[in-house]
Amino acid sequence: MLSAPSTKTALRSPAAATKNTLRALTSTHDGAQQKRTMATVQDAPASHSRSLHDKDRIFTNLYGHHGADLKSAMKYGDWYKTKEMLLKSHDWLIGEIKASGLRGRGGAGFPSGMKWSFMNFKGWENDTKPRYLVVNADEGEPGTCKDREIMRKDPHKLIEGCLVAGRMMNTTAAYIYIRGEFYHEATVLQRAIQEAYQAGFLGKNACGSGFDYDIYLHRGMGAYVCGEETSLIESLEGKPGKPRLKPPFPAAVGLFGCPSTVANVETIAVAPTIIRRGPNWFNQFGRERNSGTKLFCISGHVNNPVTVEESMSIPLRELIDKHAGGVKGGWDNLKAVIPGGSSTPILPKKICDDQLMDFDGLKDNQSGLGTAAVIVMDQSTDVVRAISRLSKFYHHESCGQCTPCREGSKWTEQIMHRFEKGQAREREIDMMQELTKQVEGHTICALGEAFAWPIQGLIRHFRPELEERIRGHAQREGGEAMAGGWRHGSEKQGMLISPGQ
Amino acid sequence: MASKLAPWALRSGGRALRHGMRQQRRGFQVSAVARNESGFLNVHRDTSDNNLSIPFKFNTQNENLIKEVLSRYPSQYKKAAVMPLLDLGQRQHGFTSISVMNEVARILEMPPMRVYEVATFYTMYNRNPVGRYHVQCCTTTPCQLNGSDGIMTAIKEHLNIEDGETTPDNMFTLLEVECLGACVNAPMVQINDDYYEDLTPEKTKQLLIALKEAAEKTGAGGHAPGLAGEAGKEEVSGKSTGKQPNVMKLGGEGYTAQGVSIPAPGPLSSRISCENSKGQTSLIGDPPGPEEWMRQDGAL
Repeated sequence: MLSAPSTKTALRSPAAATKNTLRALTSTHDGAQQKRTMATVQDAPASHSRSLHDKDRIFTNLYGHHGADLKSAMKYGDWYKTKEMLLKSHDWLIGEIKASGLRGRGGAGFPSGMKWSFMNFKGWENDTKPRYLVVNADEGEPGTCKDREIMRKDPHKLIEGCLVAGRMMNTTAAYIYIRGEFYHEATVLQRAIQEAYQAGFLGKNACGSGFDYDIYLHRGMGAYVCGEETSLIESLEGKPGKPRLKPPFPAAVGLFGCPSTVANVETIAVAPTIIRRGPNWFNQFGRERNSGTKLFCISGHVNNPVTVEESMSIPLRELIDKHAGGVKGGWDNLKAVIPGGSSTPILPKKICDDQLMDFDGLKDNQSGLGTAAVIVMDQSTDVVRAISRLSKFYHHESCGQCTPCREGSKWTEQIMHRFEKGQAREREIDMMQELTKQVEGHTICALGEAFAWPIQGLIRHFRPELEERIRGHAQREGGEAMAGGWRHGSEKQGMLISPGQ
Repeated sequence: MASKLAPWALRSGGRALRHGMRQQRRGFQVSAVARNESGFLNVHRDTSDNNLSIPFKFNTQNENLIKEVLSRYPSQYKKAAVMPLLDLGQRQHGFTSISVMNEVARILEMPPMRVYEVATFYTMYNRNPVGRYHVQCCTTTPCQLNGSDGIMTAIKEHLNIEDGETTPDNMFTLLEVECLGACVNAPMVQINDDYYEDLTPEKTKQLLIALKEAAEKTGAGGHAPGLAGEAGKEEVSGKSTGKQPNVMKLGGEGYTAQGVSIPAPGPLSSRISCENSKGQTSLIGDPPGPEEWMRQDGAL
């Protein structure tokens, strides 16, 4: 792909434009060897150069160094010069977020500055309706436990974030939708909100800036699908959390029919720090277009599971070895990693060896950063069972609104359950692949993709293991199972079997 | 005539017989704890402890809370408060019975069916009575990798019940649930509102024993608070078991009851919360204050 334009330029000015100078022009990075990737138009630097020091970590209370109360939060920099921030124009504030390169931390990685600017559409001032910021604290993705740590230890970062981000979008109030199981976290957060009201940081004339702002807490009641923005809005309105069709997008018609924006806890919580420290500070971490710091949750087969704040684009191996005490039994004992929460496709060891943890790097390897929840599996893992368990999870959590998801999640769970034992035909692996492809993109929300991708990832990287299991089962049973999981030879016993075997 | 009828009778007779033998797979939820799956039918069946003739009224304390809750939502969207109100009702009554749902519908001026829709959609509304301790064991992949199978077996063996069942003394209800969002501290269980993390089968058993002992010593009966067994509530001292010198588990505070000490919620290992168990790898020392890192370009 690169060669065609470069030879063209070379023909035009034979002296100057070689392949190397062209590459130097398109990249700001100094001379590291790069390889062109499919998903990005422009090559990002192949590695990140800066490691994160303690002074650059945003969530200083991640391990409970100090209390969650207002006084200690203020000591370490929360609510510092908030009034000055609020008095800036919303264009300037959003410009700072855009310059920082912050991308949404809830999974999709949409540039936050751009998303928030949708709220200030032409003529918004003439609209008399209230406007809302909705914070998505319905953290339910298996593997993810970062928002919980923010809410129970650094609640003031989130509350101040609501105020500052709410000011950027000219909202009048914020709702924090916290998942119902987080009872203790909701208590801490509610206490922090009350503290902020008492100190005059919220309510009428918030921080003495002349703006009025309210923050309300709303507890969910245990539905994974409410993590999707429109179903979260539905749920907040007191209905079953079934996603809405888009458009209209929430920025036009959202909560209570008013313009609203839904954003993840981590995105909101880092916003004031970005403004305080400046966008360039935030932008220096990670590769181009993947800037900033990120909370990584490392769980599964590591020696010391941990939630840690690290620079984006950190190599996966460095992340695990440095913070989580390494994979159990050493790096060579690694089998696979789910890099970004349950709905991102699984990656085998050979890709993990030099995988960078950022949006583009993982996308290039047909996975995703998601919520940066790294689930590590060592050689002892039954990887088919692990993915099968996720299928069960999605079957349980499907809201039942769209047929492809409601029925597909059940079928995939049943088929995966058979795959665990190898009770299937080899061609059913292809059927499974086709089934997941049929679901993808045909549902209202992303839950369809979410249960299709892990299975596609499994087939992509662990097909030999699936086939091995099917052969093993055939050996034990004296022949390969019939399609649909029927026993070998069941047609001879006159049992009903599906046609077209 | 008989010859004409005979084949039909034989055919349909066989069908009827087969029909009777076949196991009904559809999940009418009569006795089991609510399993909210998309394929399930959520049907109410009158039982002795859940029918329309059992009255329900919010107590004064909750009436005040309802006023506060309603003030959070726009006045024309009263029904947005349905979830918090159902939760309050469940806490007062012990479970979300049909009377609780109807009372919420009355207060919020919404059709009862809209309330039933909400109560059946969300998994945290127990539409059948549960035990005093509602043990919810997470078994999703990250927990599974760290041995939640063993935890599940340990609970089943110790309590001698299966998934979804309640012990005969109504003390414990066991439920296998999906990810509870504490994956770094896997495996874990949620008991009522509290998370107990970093479990081993042995620690799980000890925890269940301590809980049961505490309930028995305070004279609290089975079933969730609000149903029966209000007795002995005052005997529970507020003395925290979570705050030891220098160590405070970050999962909330535990309590002592009649000399029985309940472990504080949070990790049941040496960890405080989500840090590396071999010592922190980041955030060592006192973090700097704002004057050290504030932007220098004078914009603020």
